[in-house]
Amino acid sequence: MTAALSLRNIEKSFGVFKALGPVDLDLNPNERLGIIGPNGAGKTTLINCITGVLRPDNGTVHFMGNDISHLLPHERARLGIARSFQIPRPFIGMSVLENLLVPLDYKHNVHNKEQRALELLQSVGLENRAHDPSGSLSQLELRKLELARALASDPKVLIADEAMAGLSDAEIDEVLAILMRLNRSGVAIVMIEHIMHAVMRFSQRVVCFDTGQLIAAGTANDIANNELVQKVYFGEQTHH
Amino acid sequence: MKRNNVIFTLGAFLVLLAGFFAPSIVTNPFYFFAGYVVVQYIVIATGWNVLGGYAGYINFGAAAFFGSGVYLSAFLFNTFGVPLWIGIIAAAALGALLGLAMGYLTLQIQGVYFAIATLGLVIVLETIVHNLPGLGGARGMAVYGPAPPAWSGGPVQYVFFVILIIAVACVALARWIEHSWIGRGLRAVRASEDAAECSGVPTLKLKLVACSISGAMLAAAGAPYPFYTNFIEPVTAFSLLIGLNAIAMPLIGGTRSWAGPIIGAIVLASAQQIATVTISSELNILFVGVVLIAFVALAPNGLLGLAKRKSAGASK
Repeated sequence: MTAALSLRNIEKSFGVFKALGPVDLDLNPNERLGIIGPNGAGKTTLINCITGVLRPDNGTVHFMGNDISHLLPHERARLGIARSFQIPRPFIGMSVLENLLVPLDYKHNVHNKEQRALELLQSVGLENRAHDPSGSLSQLELRKLELARALASDPKVLIADEAMAGLSDAEIDEVLAILMRLNRSGVAIVMIEHIMHAVMRFSQRVVCFDTGQLIAAGTANDIANNELVQKVYFGEQTHH
Repeated sequence: MKRNNVIFTLGAFLVLLAGFFAPSIVTNPFYFFAGYVVVQYIVIATGWNVLGGYAGYINFGAAAFFGSGVYLSAFLFNTFGVPLWIGIIAAAALGALLGLAMGYLTLQIQGVYFAIATLGLVIVLETIVHNLPGLGGARGMAVYGPAPPAWSGGPVQYVFFVILIIAVACVALARWIEHSWIGRGLRAVRASEDAAECSGVPTLKLKLVACSISGAMLAAAGAPYPFYTNFIEPVTAFSLLIGLNAIAMPLIGGTRSWAGPIIGAIVLASAQQIATVTISSELNILFVGVVLIAFVALAPNGLLGLAKRKSAGASK
């Protein structure tokens, strides 16, 4: 089976500070992968290297067996790698519907864009806000808009970067349900999250990062009982 | 949308018709002389807004493009006798190339650094023209255009009609961009470049397109200018006031829509023309500065934004 994503020997430094690597990581098609780790562990740097926002200093990224290391972010997005941002970045100054028309405009073979945009809004429960300005959305609605916009490109891989930060438990359940539904429709999902009960419930496999290195991998149970993970991450969490 | 297109086309046609018949109704050539400047600024403000308003890249170098258009059409006419309309097309082509080059060199840098780089372009080009004897150097260059066609009513009336055609064409293009996938992509770039890129928008390509179109319009605005003044020199062709007005007018009118630059240009350029005649031409610059500060502080979305807020407030 070809991995959906395959990272080999990825390294990234900012000046003298080594933020990431070297990292090897595979994501299987239709897998639900959780990534945890303390702040500054390199999680967001890793995503930026996958989506092409950052160029790694070293290493390769393969998507569905093809080397995409040299591709620009928009080219990777069109191939089927979508992401949501840690801090929602709606296209302010546009309506909710227009926010979704942007990715649809730049995708080939979309016939009825407005219809498709409305379907996407429906799939995350935002259809009644379609014509409101995106600046007027609540935190939960912004998260949903991020997800809907990421889905517009019909991704094969969705990377959700702290898609649930700052949400209430009921709202977390709502977002988790959306992600589960997506996964059932065949999208592999990478979840980066600090909300432990959510990421542990959701993920089939969890990996833990610390100071740019992958320090543990396994099922949610394995990770929860891993001593190293407890020391660098859960230990840190219990102090809060 | 379709209905709006019909209304717009009809309006554009009426404007051209009015411009064509104006000389036979308005006899005082001064109105064409002053009106030329106002319409010229509609072109400049519209051109600036394609990059500055839609994409959010603040270009301080409008005068570089305008001045290139001025000098190219003057040079082509004086040296080869090239007619004005070819001069306009050539100027637009040069502006597009210049925009593309500026984009390639500067779009990697954002915010204030981009603005500084564009300002530098004005100084570089002005210095080059100053030192080229073929373009008249610092002494400038006289341009005696051919006799205007008989239907036009006079040389000033003729160049007024020419700049009016350019303005209608530029506004129509800007309006099309705004409502198309290009405009939507540019607004996405303005809101968040990373998010746009990750949504599949080729942001660099799109910004280069905006730079070229903006540059073409700004340079086209300059092409008829030598035939309007009959004399050009580097300091006025690359004047700081042009770059300042290019920013101030869309900001005053509203940068999000094609109508904003038109409103801003009409308001500010008319006020400047009146101030020049009644007070003093030097107070002009002070006037632009004060109005600009007032709008940035009190109405950051321009007159259109203000009107929108008022109507939203009234409906509540």
